[in-house]
Amino acid sequence: MTAAKENTQTMSTGQKISNALSDRRVHLAGFGVGILLIAIAPYLGLYPIYLMKLLCFALFAFAFNLLLGFVGLLSFGHAAFFGMASYISAHTIKVWGFTPELGVAAGTLVACVLGLAFGSLAIRQRGIYFAMITLALAQMVYFFALQAPFTHGEDGIQGVPRGELFGFIDLSQTMNLYYFVMAVFILGFFIIYRAIHSPFGQILKAVRENESRVTSLGYNVTALKVGAFTLSATITGLAGATKAVVFQSATLTDVHWSMSGEVVLMTLLGGMGTVLGPLFGAGIIVTLQDYLAGMGSWVTVITGTIFVVCVLTFRRGVVGELTRMLRIHS
Amino acid sequence: MKRTTTATFGALAALTLALPAQAEISDDVLKIGVLNDQSGLYTDLAGPGSVEAARMAVEDFGGTVNDKEIEILSADHQNKPDVGSSIVREWIDEEGVDVIVDVPTSSVALAVNEITREKDTALLVNGGGTTRLTNDDCSPTTVHYAYDTFSLAKGTGQAIVQEGGDSWFFITADYAFGHSLEQDTAAVVEENGGEVLDTIRHPLDTSDFSSYLLQAQGSGAKVIGLANAGSDTTNAIKQANEFGIVQGGQSLAALLMFITDVHALGLETAQGLQLTTGFLWNMNDDTKAFAERFAERRDGQYPTMVHAGVYSSVSHYLKAVAEIDDDGGEAAVSQMKQMPVDDFFAPNGEVREDGRMVHDMYLVEVKSPDESEGDWDYYNLVATIPGDEAYKPLSDSTCSLVN
Amino acid sequence: MTELLGIPPQVLFGQVMLGLINGSFYALLSLGLAVIFGMLNVINFAHGALYMVGAFVAWMMLNYLGIGYWPALILAPLVVGALGVVLERTMLARLYHLDHLYGLLLTFGLALIIEGLFRNAYGVSGTPYPIPEALAGGQNLGFMFLPNYRAWVVVAAIVVCFGTWFLIERTRIGSYLRAAVENQELVRAFGINVPLLMTLAYGGAVALAGFAGVMAAPIYQVSPLMGQDIIIKVFAIVVIGGLGSIFGSMVTGLGVGVIEGLTKVFYPEASSVVVFVLMAIVLLVRPHGLFGRPRT
Repeated sequence: MTAAKENTQTMSTGQKISNALSDRRVHLAGFGVGILLIAIAPYLGLYPIYLMKLLCFALFAFAFNLLLGFVGLLSFGHAAFFGMASYISAHTIKVWGFTPELGVAAGTLVACVLGLAFGSLAIRQRGIYFAMITLALAQMVYFFALQAPFTHGEDGIQGVPRGELFGFIDLSQTMNLYYFVMAVFILGFFIIYRAIHSPFGQILKAVRENESRVTSLGYNVTALKVGAFTLSATITGLAGATKAVVFQSATLTDVHWSMSGEVVLMTLLGGMGTVLGPLFGAGIIVTLQDYLAGMGSWVTVITGTIFVVCVLTFRRGVVGELTRMLRIHS
Repeated sequence: MKRTTTATFGALAALTLALPAQAEISDDVLKIGVLNDQSGLYTDLAGPGSVEAARMAVEDFGGTVNDKEIEILSADHQNKPDVGSSIVREWIDEEGVDVIVDVPTSSVALAVNEITREKDTALLVNGGGTTRLTNDDCSPTTVHYAYDTFSLAKGTGQAIVQEGGDSWFFITADYAFGHSLEQDTAAVVEENGGEVLDTIRHPLDTSDFSSYLLQAQGSGAKVIGLANAGSDTTNAIKQANEFGIVQGGQSLAALLMFITDVHALGLETAQGLQLTTGFLWNMNDDTKAFAERFAERRDGQYPTMVHAGVYSSVSHYLKAVAEIDDDGGEAAVSQMKQMPVDDFFAPNGEVREDGRMVHDMYLVEVKSPDESEGDWDYYNLVATIPGDEAYKPLSDSTCSLVN
Repeated sequence: MTELLGIPPQVLFGQVMLGLINGSFYALLSLGLAVIFGMLNVINFAHGALYMVGAFVAWMMLNYLGIGYWPALILAPLVVGALGVVLERTMLARLYHLDHLYGLLLTFGLALIIEGLFRNAYGVSGTPYPIPEALAGGQNLGFMFLPNYRAWVVVAAIVVCFGTWFLIERTRIGSYLRAAVENQELVRAFGINVPLLMTLAYGGAVALAGFAGVMAAPIYQVSPLMGQDIIIKVFAIVVIGGLGSIFGSMVTGLGVGVIEGLTKVFYPEASSVVVFVLMAIVLLVRPHGLFGRPRT
């Protein structure tokens, strides 16, 4: 095949895909395919625990992207919601004997309340100051997690029973657990997707573009932003609480500031402000963590190099860069 | 630019697709998974050295067990329990790993302990020190091998009080490991007639200890006990030297210190420190032979007690598996409990019901630069603490396996 | 536990002194970060790694070349500064027109690479660096024993900080720098080579981190991880002082050192979190930090 021929072919497919991407129905079809893919992934030879971890982190990154990509707020404290939710769900399930769905709900609720509190305190700050105040608040949560007796310090809450969903579905069966996590993921993703494509989401995007105009149109921008922040924190909590059920533990790693950093990286790598970007970003990071583990001490060097290369050569992230390529071709 | 983009993306995609190896579990292979920290705080005391020690154990065993190949895998858990547990689950489910070794960092060790219990896979803990592994969280598939916090507290606390160091001030890392080290030591000190004057708890990864040291100095305690680890301990010792703590008549006791820490500090600073270790490489010809072989393969680094423990625990495990021709976790571990341990690391060791491997511990004093005969010749043996004194008696154990 | 009222004033005085010493390191590091943020609009996450490199360069000079502490105090910052110039020219300079998030991400990646390489070469336990002969020993001040080396740290840090402040606020090149921060286009129109100015600013600020590293080598263990935990704290200090405010970052550095020192007496467990509590309070009361002005 000649180069020219190849080129025209890509162009035409590119055009098609690009046009198709804007179609709402295709979105829905895409989701259908996506859900199907997730549902059968374990049977394609992918390891279920790896997939579940990926889904939890992807949900976390989706929630974060809602804030960063669509409202333009960089939070550097999302580990607080992720970690606290995982502590609460682990504790309620292990010590209070909650069923998994109640434990996850409890964790999510706590993240929601925490998000509302953080959001109200921080929202008037802008840019880097906003990032810093969320960091400061998250560090206090970390301190609390380190000191509070129920978290068991750096040992963490371990050996959380997976229990029975609604009292009768045995989650210690890996595939049952997998479909539970998948359901949670789809629920979280759907909420975020709806939020982005609702009038609420449109106004949020307008806030990002031109805040004063939105204010002059009579919207209460502060309340909108707090709302978005709380929603993001809640979904983050949902992800964290689910992760605690999957790994049967909750530890300090989840509340540490480096976790807040990780989610920023996932979002940027995948493509900030794209709907599916976070999934790719989370995929890359989780894969690096799990599969480079055999590389020993070179892991950090390799990870660092990937970030540097990404920032220097494809800043839009994987998904952003792909869509751009498609647009150029069309 | 586009080409780079596509290339990178392609590489990443290939990475993602190629990775989850299709399960080709062959029962003709015995797989050993060394899981530890290879990039963080515990890299030197465990890390690649433990992998090498396991390799040596396998080679010395002949490379096969009952005509089955032995294979070694290793991974970096990055001190993250979720990373550690997903690696272990995958190792067991997909790779057919039969035994997990090392696992420093108690949060990771405890998480892995739950998985190996569930999956009937043997776990030989060397790097981790928490006594929970042989008490509340004990498991029929786990052996806790090289040391634990109780034995360190016992060795150092008892010996120092008996020498007259009867008033203590603790500088404790403010996390569960530090707390248990401090409480265990305090109990030993009080049991032996000493007293604890005061305790200060500092955040993990503190770089400046001068403030705490000054408070310790002001307390007038004879002994300043450092219930922390790694860079916290080395920084505290370095600064105690700077502030003339030892010259002022107080002595320092490092409750958890490895030979790599002493090496990092240098003898000039570390001399005179007393500490407890499970392994003394220059104690006799057998230990020396192992240490020198190890150093040759590790660019001159001598083995810590964790490295020696990994070697010994893997050998003992292989012997047990060879004996029963079964690599199930509970079967292998209960066989390990039947057979006495007898090698350079633990000449008269035994694995107890609760999974604790009981062996002698050594109280040592760090040599002065003049006494030392060269690199890594750092310890003078002060006292040998017999295994049954060094470890928490079985009668006090809260392990459910002990009836 | 130490009692709140049971502390004699001289002990307290000793703690304030120690706090000032730690504050000197914070001041040196936050000063550099403030200059970089002010000039380049980059949040330099690699600052901690470069501080570590400074300490390691001093150690390498001593062990491989036999160069002692005093020459290293000048040479190591130059090496680190040169490294900074290379990083700025080859990578950072491409990102100035973008959101500062990208600068943060890039320098974060750089920090990982630098720390990873050193860890592979030297392990994590670190290596010792002796206190220079001339500064061994210490003085008994009555209320505390003050090692000579620590006294030197305070003096040197204050001199260097003041020197940097003087350079920026009182000299011609400093006035160009400040003008470039305010309005790059205008300065460029006057025929001043702004990119060169930025390279110099980055190199200089990073050299300060290297200097702090050499100063820290004899006190702390020289280890690849030494810059990791300090960096996030120094960020907080820069923010409290007001982003881009040189004076603010210096004063805040010293102040936070003292407050942290006092926390170590009254509530030691919280000494690592106190700076963040302080940051939250300051930002809630003064949204642009103590000495910062709103930026357009």
